Amino acid sequence: MSDIKKIKDDYLNKLNSDLNIESLNQIKTELFGKNGKISHSFKKLGSLPTDERKKFASDLNSLKNELQDKINSKLQEIETKEINSKLENEKVDVTLPEREFSRGKIHPVSQVIDEISSIFSEIGFSVEEGPDIENEHYNFTALNTPDNHPARDMHDTFYLDNNKESLLRTHTSPVQVRTMLNGKPPFKIIAPGRTYRSDSDQTHSPMFHQVEGLHIDKDINMGHLKGCLNYFIKSFFEVDKIKMRFRPSHFPFTEPSAEVDIGYEIKDGKIVIGEGDKWLEILGCGMVHPNVLKNVKVNPDNYQGYAFGIGIDRLGMLKYGINDLRAFFETDYRWLNHFGFDPLDVPSNYRGLSR
Amino acid sequence: MKFTIGWLREHLDTQKKDNEIIEKLTGIGLEVESFENLSSSLDSFKVAKIINAEQHPNADKLRICDVDIGLDNTVKVVCGAPNAKKDLLTIYAGPGTIIPKNNMKLSVSKIRGVTSYGMLCSESELNLSSESEGITELPTGKYTDRIGKNFFKTNTEKVVDLSITPNRPDCLGVRGIARDLAAAGAGKLKKISLKNIKKNESQKIKVSITKDKNQGCTIFGSCLIEGVTNKESPKWLKEKIISLGQKPISAIVDITNYVMLDLNRPLHAYDADKIDKEIIVRNSKKGETFEALDNKEYKLGDDMCVISDKSGVLGLGGIIGGTRSGTEINTKNVLLESAYFIPRSIRKTSKLLNIDTDAKFRFERGIDTQSIELGLSKAAELISEICGGKISNFDIQQTDKYEKNKIKFNVSLFEKITGFKVNDNEIIKILTDLGFDVSKEKFELDLKIPTWRPDITQPIDIVEEIVRIKGYENIETLQPEKTKIKDTLNAQQKLFHFLQRSVASKGYFETVTWSFTDSKINKLFKENLKEIKIVNPISSDLDVLRNSIFTNLAFYLKKNLDRGFKDISLFEIGPIFRGSEPGEQLTVIGAIKSGKISRLNWNEKERIVDVFDVKKDVIQTLVEAGYDKQSFFVRDKSPSYYHPGKSGSIYLDKDEIEPVAYFGEIHPNILKKLDIKTEGLVGFEIYMDYLRENKIKLKDLKTNFEYSDYQKSERDFAFVVDKNFKAQDLIEIISSIDKNLIRSIKIFDIYEGENIPQDKKSIALNVTIQSSERTLEESDLENINKLIISTVETKSGAKIRS
Repeated sequence: MSDIKKIKDDYLNKLNSDLNIESLNQIKTELFGKNGKISHSFKKLGSLPTDERKKFASDLNSLKNELQDKINSKLQEIETKEINSKLENEKVDVTLPEREFSRGKIHPVSQVIDEISSIFSEIGFSVEEGPDIENEHYNFTALNTPDNHPARDMHDTFYLDNNKESLLRTHTSPVQVRTMLNGKPPFKIIAPGRTYRSDSDQTHSPMFHQVEGLHIDKDINMGHLKGCLNYFIKSFFEVDKIKMRFRPSHFPFTEPSAEVDIGYEIKDGKIVIGEGDKWLEILGCGMVHPNVLKNVKVNPDNYQGYAFGIGIDRLGMLKYGINDLRAFFETDYRWLNHFGFDPLDVPSNYRGLSR
Repeated sequence: MKFTIGWLREHLDTQKKDNEIIEKLTGIGLEVESFENLSSSLDSFKVAKIINAEQHPNADKLRICDVDIGLDNTVKVVCGAPNAKKDLLTIYAGPGTIIPKNNMKLSVSKIRGVTSYGMLCSESELNLSSESEGITELPTGKYTDRIGKNFFKTNTEKVVDLSITPNRPDCLGVRGIARDLAAAGAGKLKKISLKNIKKNESQKIKVSITKDKNQGCTIFGSCLIEGVTNKESPKWLKEKIISLGQKPISAIVDITNYVMLDLNRPLHAYDADKIDKEIIVRNSKKGETFEALDNKEYKLGDDMCVISDKSGVLGLGGIIGGTRSGTEINTKNVLLESAYFIPRSIRKTSKLLNIDTDAKFRFERGIDTQSIELGLSKAAELISEICGGKISNFDIQQTDKYEKNKIKFNVSLFEKITGFKVNDNEIIKILTDLGFDVSKEKFELDLKIPTWRPDITQPIDIVEEIVRIKGYENIETLQPEKTKIKDTLNAQQKLFHFLQRSVASKGYFETVTWSFTDSKINKLFKENLKEIKIVNPISSDLDVLRNSIFTNLAFYLKKNLDRGFKDISLFEIGPIFRGSEPGEQLTVIGAIKSGKISRLNWNEKERIVDVFDVKKDVIQTLVEAGYDKQSFFVRDKSPSYYHPGKSGSIYLDKDEIEPVAYFGEIHPNILKKLDIKTEGLVGFEIYMDYLRENKIKLKDLKTNFEYSDYQKSERDFAFVVDKNFKAQDLIEIISSIDKNLIRSIKIFDIYEGENIPQDKKSIALNVTIQSSERTLEESDLENINKLIISTVETKSGAKIRS
C-alpha cells in the first residue's frame, strides 16, 4: 500500500516541477520501463493474498493512468513551449514590401465599347463589324451620298488610291450596308469600331471610334428611336434622369435626321451630365433613308427603321472626365495607368457598368 | 452663314425677342453655332486711369504705372511717356492687342527687368492724330465714369452664325431663313419690295450659251448699267458687310455680295468696257489660262464652264471671276450677270482646280432657277440708287426649262414615320408657308415644290419638312423592346473580348494606336507584305497603313522609355493590313515587354525579361481561351524582326499550316535602328483570324469529370541528347509511350558542360505515372521505366545518363 502511495507522491511531485523533454523521458522510463516502478509493482501482484489482490490491482491501475495522463499533458506543455520559443526566433519584418504582382489595364475606349455593348445587349441588339478599309460605294454611294454631292465635304477622307476608290471608312455606317446586304430584315445591330478622317487638332484626331446603331422592322418609327437613345444615354451615364433634346439636322443616309443634345452643367470645374441648362451635342441619328433601303434590297414600303452614330471616345471623355481626345492614342504609360480599367471590371448588367 | 438679327427682321415681321428667334432656329434644324457681338479689334482699347506712377529702378525715362482698367486689381504697365502720372485718364491696350499704327501685337514682356502687362497708347499709335508726344490724355468728367469701358464705340448688333446643312441652299440667304421661321410660327414673311426701275436701254453686249456637251450653264441673265460712279459703299451697306466679318470693297462689289447674302442669289459684275465684243458661255479647252480675282493664274482642263469674250476666258462660271474684266473704282459701265450653273459641273471644276468661293459653295448646292430676274432687279436698283447710271433691259439666255417639280404625298406616311399625328389642315399650312403649292385630293396632297428647294424629291422629304417645323419635341419616347434577334456577340467577338482581358490580366497595359504608321518604321516589321500608302496622309510620318502590330507599339515604347519608365508592358488588339481592298486585314494582338523582372527587389533576384516570359504569357492566354495545351506545337521559325535564336511560333496543332502566335526577343538590329535603349525587349503576337473555333464547347467538357484515386508514382530520368535536339520532341516521345499511364512530364534541369560531350546536353525530367484502373505494382513501374528508356534511346539516339 505504502508503495503505491510513495510512488504517487514522489512522481507527481517530480512531474509538477519544471522539466525538459529529456528529464520527462527519464521519468517515463523510471515508471514504465521494463524494470520501471509501475511494471515492477504489477509483478508483485501474484504474491499478494487474494483478498488484497483486487484492491491493489485497482489502485495500481488508477495510479498508472493518472501518471500517464500527467506525463502526456506535461509532454504537450513542453512541446508547445518549444514551438513557441522556436517561432519567436523566426519572426520577420512583415512591413517589408510584398512580392511583385502586376495586372495590366484595359484602355478606356475598350471599356466604353464593352459598356455600350452591354447596354444594347439588354434591349436585344447584337454586335456587327466591318472592315476599316472601305470602298467608295459602301462608304458613300450606297449611303445616298453620290459622288459630286457636297455632303461628301462633311467628311475629310483618307484615300488609298488616286481614283478615290479605296478609302479608310469615315464612319461606321457602311456596316449598315454590309449587314443589310448579307441578311434579311428585321435588323437590330450595333457596330462599334475605328473610323478615320483627315482632321487633326485639339478636338479632332485622324482616327477615332464610333458606334453605329440600326433597327429595321415593319413599324419602327421615330418614337422608338427616341426611346432607344433615351434608354442608352441614361444607362451609359448611370443616371436616373437625363435631359435630352432632338434637333432636326441632315445626313444623306437618314431622313428625317436629328442631332441629339444632352443637358449638362459645370459644377466645381467638373461636367455634370443630365442637369443644368447647357446643351452638348453627342450623336446624330434619323430614320434610314428609303434610298439606302433600296440600295441594300430592302423594300421601304414594307420595312422602315432608324440608325444612329455615336462618338465612343467622346462618350468616354464625358463619363470619365478625360479632357484631351488626342491623349487616347498617345500611349503615355501614366495616362494608361490612370484612365485604364482593371481587366476584371467587365461591364455587365447584373454587376453594373462601372464601380 | 452669318447675319444680324436686324437684317433678318427686314424680311420677317415678328414680335419675337432675339433669344426666342435663336431658340426657334435651332428647333427647326438651322443650328445656331454662335450668337454674339462681332469681336472687333478695336474692342481691346479700354479707358483707364493711372492710380500710381513711380520711377523705374533701372531706367531714368521709364515709369512703372499701376493702372485701373475696371477690374478688381490694377495692372502694372511700364511706360516711357513723360506725361504718365498719377490720376491721368488715358487709353490702355492689353496683351494680344494689335496696335493700329504699326500692326504690332502686344505681349507680356519684361522691360529692364520689370514685367509690363500691355501699354498705354498715344493718339498717333491709334491713328487718332499725329500726336506722338506722350500718351493720350482724356478729359475728366466725360471719361471718369467709363474706366474699363471700350474707348471706341463699335456696332453692337449681335451676329448669328448658323451651321447650314448641305441640303439647305435656300438658307444661305437671309430671306430663306426668314421663310423657315415664318413657317414655324415665328412671324410673317414680308413681301420683297422692288422699286419700279426704268429699263429704257437695250443690253448692247451680246450673250450666247454654246451647245457644248455637258454645258454647265443653262441660264445666263444679264443687264448693262451705263454711266455709273463707283465709290465707297454707303454706311448701311458697309456695316452689313462688316457685320458678317467681310471687308467692304466698293459699292458695286458690295452690292453683288449683299444680294447674294440676302437672297442667296450670286451675281457677278463685269467692267463692260473690258469685255471684248461679246459674252460666250462655253466649255474650256485644255491649256487655257486666266488670272482669277484671287490673283492666282489657273490653267484649265477640258470642258470646264467658262464665261469668255472674243479674247479669251473672263472667268469660271459660278466659281470665280477674272481680273481682266473685274470692276474697279473708276469703272463706268457695268455688266451684271445672274446665271444658273449646274451643281455637278461646279463641283467637278472647283475640285479639280481646288477653288472654294462663296459663289461656288452656293451653286454646287443648287440655286433657285427662278431667281435670275429678282437678282438683277435688286442689284440694278441698288447700283442706280448709289452709283447712278442707266439700266438696260434684262437679257435672259436660257437653254433648259425649269418648272416646279410635282410630288404626291400620302398624309398617312407622316404618322407611320414619326409615330404621331398632325391634322391635314396644319400640314397644308406648314407646306404652304414653306412655299409649296398644295392641293388636296382624298388622302393625298398634290404638291408643287418651290424651286429654291432642290433637296426635296420624294415623300420622305415632306415628312421631314413637317416634323421639323412642327417640332421634334412632339415625338413620343417609346420604351425599348427587349426582343433579341440573335446573340449579342458571335464566337469570334467573344474570343476577342476574352483575349483582350486575358492579356491585360498578365500585366500588360492596353493601348490604342493609329492604324497608320511611319513607313520607315513599318519597313522594319512588314516582312514581304505590300506597303499600303495613304494618298493624302495627315503627316509624312503617318503615311502608310501598318503591316504589323509592332510598328506603333515599338514607337510608343520608345516614347515611354524616354519618359524614364524602364519596365514596360504594352499591348494592342487591332487591325493590321495586307492590301488596300476591304477585308484585306487581320485582327492581331501584339504585346511587348521591356526591362527587367523584379527590378530593385529586396527578396527576389532581378533579371532581364526573356523569351520564356513572353512564352508563358502567350501560352497561358491561349490556354485560358480554351485551347488544349497538350496539342500545341512550337517551331523555331519566326518573322525576321525577332531574334533568330530566341523566338518561335506556336501552332494549335502539329498539322496546322498557319501559326496562331509568335513570341521571342525583338531583334537587336530593330532596337538599334529605332534607338530603343533598354536592357531587354521581348514580345508576342496572336493572330486571331487563325484561331479556329473550339469544336468542343466548355460546357460539354464540364460534363465529363474523370479522375483517378490510385497511387501516383514519380520517376526521374536524365537523357544525354544532341545539343540541337528539342525538348518538345523528347516530351512527345515519352508521352506517346502510354497516354493512359503517363500523366505529366516536367523538365527540371538542362545541363551542358563537364562530364557531357561537347556537342551534347543533358535533359533531366520527372515523369508522373498513374493508372486509372488499379494500383500499379513495383514490376509495372519497372516495366514502364524500361520502356521509357528504350523508346527514347531508339527514337532520339539519346543515352540515359547514369
